[in-house]
Amino acid sequence: MNRHLTPNLILGAILVALVVGVAGLSLIWTPHDHALMNIRERFGAPSDVHWLGTDQLGRDIVSQLMVAARNSMTVALIAVLMGGSIGVALGLLASALGGWFEDLIMRVADIGFAFPALLFAIMLSAVFGPSLWVAVLAIAFINIPVFARVTRGAANVIWTRDYVAAARAAGQGRFAISRDHILPNVAAPVIVQATIEFAIAILAEAALSYLGLGAQPPSPSWGRMLSEAQTLMFMAPQLAIYPGLCIMAAVLGFSLLGDALRDLTDPRLTRSRQA
Amino acid sequence: MIALSDVSVGFDGARALRDVTLSVARGERLGIVGESGSGKSMLGLAMMGMVPDAARIAGEIVLDGTAMSGAPERVWRRARARKVAMIFQEPMAALNPLQRLGETVMEPLLVHQGLGRSAARARTLELFDEVGIPDPEARLRQYPHEISGGQRQRVLIALSLTCDPALLIADEPTTALDAHVALRIIELLVRLADKRRMALVFISHDLAAVARATERIAVMYGGEIVEGGPTPAVLAAPRHPYTRGLLGARPGIGGQTPGRDADGRRKRLPTIPGSVPPLSLLPAGCRFAGRCAVELSHCAAVRPEPYRLPDGRFAACHLLGAGT
Repeated sequence: MNRHLTPNLILGAILVALVVGVAGLSLIWTPHDHALMNIRERFGAPSDVHWLGTDQLGRDIVSQLMVAARNSMTVALIAVLMGGSIGVALGLLASALGGWFEDLIMRVADIGFAFPALLFAIMLSAVFGPSLWVAVLAIAFINIPVFARVTRGAANVIWTRDYVAAARAAGQGRFAISRDHILPNVAAPVIVQATIEFAIAILAEAALSYLGLGAQPPSPSWGRMLSEAQTLMFMAPQLAIYPGLCIMAAVLGFSLLGDALRDLTDPRLTRSRQA
Repeated sequence: MIALSDVSVGFDGARALRDVTLSVARGERLGIVGESGSGKSMLGLAMMGMVPDAARIAGEIVLDGTAMSGAPERVWRRARARKVAMIFQEPMAALNPLQRLGETVMEPLLVHQGLGRSAARARTLELFDEVGIPDPEARLRQYPHEISGGQRQRVLIALSLTCDPALLIADEPTTALDAHVALRIIELLVRLADKRRMALVFISHDLAAVARATERIAVMYGGEIVEGGPTPAVLAAPRHPYTRGLLGARPGIGGQTPGRDADGRRKRLPTIPGSVPPLSLLPAGCRFAGRCAVELSHCAAVRPEPYRLPDGRFAACHLLGAGT
């Protein structure tokens, strides 16, 4: 077996493909309308029509889970892209300019690290009212310092390389060097971090939705499905178990994939893996 | 082309360069030799305005008639590539592994020369041809790992020539290459300097390479130039004890079988005793004091002035002043 194809990578890739595939499929097809209520068929058992049964309002659970997967992926993707691009830009800038500017950015990042996403989300909901965008903004915000730190650390190493000196000798300025030489060479650790942050973002979205700070009804979300099922725990435990399993599969998938990618791209770990 | 007078580069408590004075004229080829830690690479960086941020630099640097001392990075950046360019020791490390060779070389043409993409491409092909890269069309699209070390160094030379610099600094350009390829690169640099009437500063610890590549030579020790003059004269009859030691430490000089004496017995290679002390511990007087075979009592305390010798030579040693 190829030594790059570790069990982590395979399992992670399969889970991620499954979750992303289902989320994508929900754009064009779901078994039923996820919001269609049918009180007479509430708490329906799994059947040919409703594969995983129906919930307390008679809505199809599979359809809800599929749309919730899409919502979750969308929030995570936008949040990681937003936080990631701002964080990467700040990290590159800090590394390129150095001196007090670098210190300032990194100390501000430290403060950002100390600031819990939940608190920020509650603050935003207090101002704008709870919505999916509050969740997106809150998760994006906590991602900024993470990416700034990873990027700046990797970029500082690349700045000492001879090809950067050669580029300076050829008259390139700091920003052009950051664009042409630093960014492509820090892409690997940044992509790995993005995969791991994606898992964290899914979990954060579920937590915020659980508290009612994320997706609002009727738009389904795993976190809210979980919180609505809580009161029915002894009557219909399956309503809590399905979204719980979905959250677990998605988070586990992205975490495993991120870990496997890091093992592949981090040369320091190569030796221990071969030993 | 470039003139340095009394240039010093200092770090906390240590001086990497002390009062270096030299000049290179257009079309002239100057060699700078010295062992590791002698300050020769720092001298190269000083001429590029690229000394590390932590360093303090003093003295006058006049580049192409413009005083560059204390000039901000912005001014230096405009001078780089156009007036002074540099090639580096490790041709593998000096090329971005993720950038196609064509992109690397075209960048300064697009930015500094303001050429369009097709013009920049055509100019890159000319440059590749000029530095002897076979099949330049194919090279444009290749990555550094796909070509050999000698070819990489040629690409870097092409990069350094993009804006027709008047001065090219080559910092140990042949050290990482095998002897045969190194010879070709030296021939190329000499040919380019002559053809383009470009000044060449060739930094190396390889005396044979410097002998081939240069007309004038400056020998560095402990951040100072201890001896200078026309390359053949200095190498044939060195006057400074350090230069003598450096030449004596080469195997197989003077037609003898390397490592054997006249009777064919095994012989130890002569060496300079000790090693270059840390910059902070160098003696205040002559920097070579303590390792010198013919040291006088005041050498460690009193700094020798460069003594002028016939044929434009000079050497900084008290022995010359004493009439020996």
